[in-house]
Amino acid sequence: MSAGDALAALIRDEGTRVLATLIRVTGSIDLAEDAAQDAVVRALETWPRDGVPENPRAWLLLTARRRAIDVIRREAQRGGKERAALMFSEQTPGWTPDPEEVVADDLLRLVFTCCHPTLSLEAQVALALRTLGGLSTAEVARGLLVPEPTMAKRLTRAKQKIAQARIPYRVPPAEELPARLSGVASTVYLIFNEGYAATAGANLTRVALTVEAIRLGRLLAELMPDEPTVLGLLALMLLQDSRREARVDADGHPILLPDQDRARWDRAAIAEAIDIVGRGLRRTPDRPDAYVVQASIAACHALAPSYADTNWDAIISWYDVLLSLNDGPVVRLNRAAAIAERDGPAAGLTLVDAITGLDGYPWWHATRAELLHRLGEHGAARIAYQQAISRGMSDPQTHHLRRRLAELP
Amino acid sequence: MPLYAALIYTKDVDWTLPEFGQETKEYNEFGQGAAAIIRGGNALYPTTTATTVRVEGGKGGDVVTSDGPYAETKEALTGFYLLDCADLDEAVSVAARIPAAWDGAVEVRPVIEF
Repeated sequence: MSAGDALAALIRDEGTRVLATLIRVTGSIDLAEDAAQDAVVRALETWPRDGVPENPRAWLLLTARRRAIDVIRREAQRGGKERAALMFSEQTPGWTPDPEEVVADDLLRLVFTCCHPTLSLEAQVALALRTLGGLSTAEVARGLLVPEPTMAKRLTRAKQKIAQARIPYRVPPAEELPARLSGVASTVYLIFNEGYAATAGANLTRVALTVEAIRLGRLLAELMPDEPTVLGLLALMLLQDSRREARVDADGHPILLPDQDRARWDRAAIAEAIDIVGRGLRRTPDRPDAYVVQASIAACHALAPSYADTNWDAIISWYDVLLSLNDGPVVRLNRAAAIAERDGPAAGLTLVDAITGLDGYPWWHATRAELLHRLGEHGAARIAYQQAISRGMSDPQTHHLRRRLAELP
Repeated sequence: MPLYAALIYTKDVDWTLPEFGQETKEYNEFGQGAAAIIRGGNALYPTTTATTVRVEGGKGGDVVTSDGPYAETKEALTGFYLLDCADLDEAVSVAARIPAAWDGAVEVRPVIEF
């Protein structure tokens, strides 16, 4: 990371913290966002020239405060309803940097507000990237392949709902925390997956989204260092992302796990993730967490010296644990693929064929095609490849299937 | 505290019929349990009794009525409550106790207070 990038990252991180505090103090996401954004822009202009202030957060908070007061005065002059004006006396607390634990609480409030279950998943993803991640509306729109005006409207609606329906700005009570946390995790994981395996379009990996998701994952792990869900999620994303360089060839075509050059896997990311999985497992009570289990499966792959030397017994056992937590056709499909590696394609195919409800899922057809291919059942394999392609995948994935199809005699 | 409308969507039934005695009892139980929060509300006769009113040609124009609800849906608006709650979390948790929540659906909408 260059010095300029590091400075930009610092400003963005601190900007999110200032925003989280301002929302609590002003009670308005819009006003807080406007003010925090203004402070961030000024910091990006002046810090590279004048140097980083001694207390960056205090500088940002002070600058944001001036802006907030300006906005409120202007609105008051226009005769708008001024619910917040009274809060802006010089004595208002929250204008000097709060202790670290208060800021952490503000960030947590922001996390749980952006990922509130009464918001659509689409809205949660947009808010998580824009408000929590600090991306611009244009950047969020680009990342999610949505036209910018559409994204702007989506964000406005989400913020209106928060304000008008009064979604509370608070951390959920203990009894609600597990369910709410799993909602937060699935929103972040959705962002990661959107970037990791773009479902449509020409780029197999939209790097920016995976980077943003991991950044959000790190923030969650910093705020909730003892939650297995958070640790499992971060480890899972790091492990999947560690294969990024090895997943595509020079032409951008996908390379599947068996054929990847493991020397190109990011060993530092793997080491960090393994450590996090361990922490997640140690903190896992009687009932294992699904993210920790998925991360454990990914860790088995990451630790295998080669595809042939993968510990399939361990992977299948983890899949059995995962099925006991959430039995679903996609988990069964992945387990069947592992069985095929350990016990041969016929054993795998029997299991794959027994799974119902995945006719619209391209990977079910692709897995069948691959196993039929290995069994020498070329006619059936051909049909299955074609069915997989017709279900719609990203361009590079489709290219891979076409290549496999062409290899049939 | 903000007000929320909890709009009750269920099968399009006539709550006054004796066969819905059990349901009305459950609603009464909810009403007693949430008395401190409920600011108003009523059950509605089925949509067969509904009249949709429009004025054609602008304000003061011809009154045109049609027999039936504004929108024909599988589940109909069959009642509503006004709830006084601190925030959406509370409104959702109260709405989840309304029998329609498991027998249909409850739509929670914040009320504008001018």
